[in-house]
Amino acid sequence: MGATIIEKIVGRNIGRTDVKPGDIVTVNVDRVMIHDIFIPFVAEKFEEMGFTKLWDPDRVVLIYDHLVPASQVDDTRHFRVGNAFVEKYGMKNIHRSDGICHQLMTEAGYVKPGNIVFGTDSHTTTYGCVGAFSSGIGYTEMASILGTGTMWIKVPETIRVNIEGELPANVSSKEIILRLVVDLRADGATYQAVEFAGSTVEAMSVASRMTMSNMAVEAGAKCALFTPDEKTAAYCEIPLTEAETSLVGDADAVYARTLNYRAEDFVPVLACPSQVDNIHPVAELAGTKIDQVFLGSCTNGRLEDLQRAAAIIRGKKVAPFVKFIVTPASRKIYR
Amino acid sequence: MNETFTARVWLLGDDIDTDIIIPTEYLALKTVEDMKPYAFSPLRPELAGQIRPGDVIVAGKNFGCGSSREQAPEIIKALGVRCVIAKSFARIFFRNAINNGLLLIENPDLHDAVEEGQEVQVELGRCLRANGKEFPIASLPENLLEIIEAGGLVKAMRRRNGLE
Repeated sequence: MGATIIEKIVGRNIGRTDVKPGDIVTVNVDRVMIHDIFIPFVAEKFEEMGFTKLWDPDRVVLIYDHLVPASQVDDTRHFRVGNAFVEKYGMKNIHRSDGICHQLMTEAGYVKPGNIVFGTDSHTTTYGCVGAFSSGIGYTEMASILGTGTMWIKVPETIRVNIEGELPANVSSKEIILRLVVDLRADGATYQAVEFAGSTVEAMSVASRMTMSNMAVEAGAKCALFTPDEKTAAYCEIPLTEAETSLVGDADAVYARTLNYRAEDFVPVLACPSQVDNIHPVAELAGTKIDQVFLGSCTNGRLEDLQRAAAIIRGKKVAPFVKFIVTPASRKIYR
Repeated sequence: MNETFTARVWLLGDDIDTDIIIPTEYLALKTVEDMKPYAFSPLRPELAGQIRPGDVIVAGKNFGCGSSREQAPEIIKALGVRCVIAKSFARIFFRNAINNGLLLIENPDLHDAVEEGQEVQVELGRCLRANGKEFPIASLPENLLEIIEAGGLVKAMRRRNGLE
């Protein structure tokens, strides 16, 4: 019987070929990401658990991004605790002001296709864009991974999402994932894996896929996976081998549900306050006066997002009553 | 953890969410012990006072859905509930329960075959017995049982590192 992408990743990790949804297994973790908000809690639990060394300092990444710049006096405590932890346990992978954690994890080469990665942030699902199983966990579980390099998981069911065709102009992967969040939320994708396939996603850049993996968690997904291809390999600076290309959902794999979309059916949309699934076509909202525009974040702060916005505003002026803020997702993108 | 025990049943329905297990307004109380009397209060205010250590909760599907508050499994454990047997569990609750040392058992049929106040016999990793019938259950991996037996993830790690 065939397997879904998540079943293949977990199976390879533990050396089994019969992994199925609902199985409880202990996986070997390839990489972990901790950000500044949680490092004090992770450090405290790590020592409470009685650990005296990290299972593998090279596999641990600490990123300061949520509290940059520090806006409260107490924020600096997170940096002091983080710096002391790095020093005490011999960590090398620390980023103090290089960008947003999820952007850095893939951009700096910490995540490769087929990896199993955990992070102390719900949007850790982002790394599914390169075909990695990545998910958010709490600080207590993170502390136990730091000591053991392992974590128990219940293998999730998979929702398959097929998208075929060419996207209309002014429609991006963001439109697709917003629509999906609405559609998936109706029935709930909580703790299920989402797997994307079809000619539309094959044509997408890794950055566009990143937006979708990033936001899939808004529908409750445990992870959101794309099959690695030549674009993934180029992005990750690795050769493309059978190990990567075989991370594809088999035709005879068992899915919890399959959703089919035609690319030409997507239209430009806006998620209106205050919920991400409060989505309306842009056409319905044309003429609404705008106070502030923010271009950035871990969802849409990549070069192609900035280029797209630049193409729209080229030759035009920002209205005097509009505050326009642009923050690239990383230092590399800024350059 | 290879054992058999017999326990009194408290019967609950489908979709018992974390707001029923412990309503938001009591989360500000200092300790789980302080919160304990309010467990299940939106549904059955008297229940927390009736549960005796060693009892089991038998519920329908999707037990523990709703917010990810870790206090939910902690409170059930603090009431002395030996285990929760449900048709299915919300997955975040499942993680929180194991990592806080609360035993969970999945079985689709017991709920419809047992009444409140009756007894159920639990043979871990093998089956449940009630009203002369047997209901097979899956076994949990050894390392998960170690976490539950130790009383949660932190305690299991302390034990691993020779501290308890």
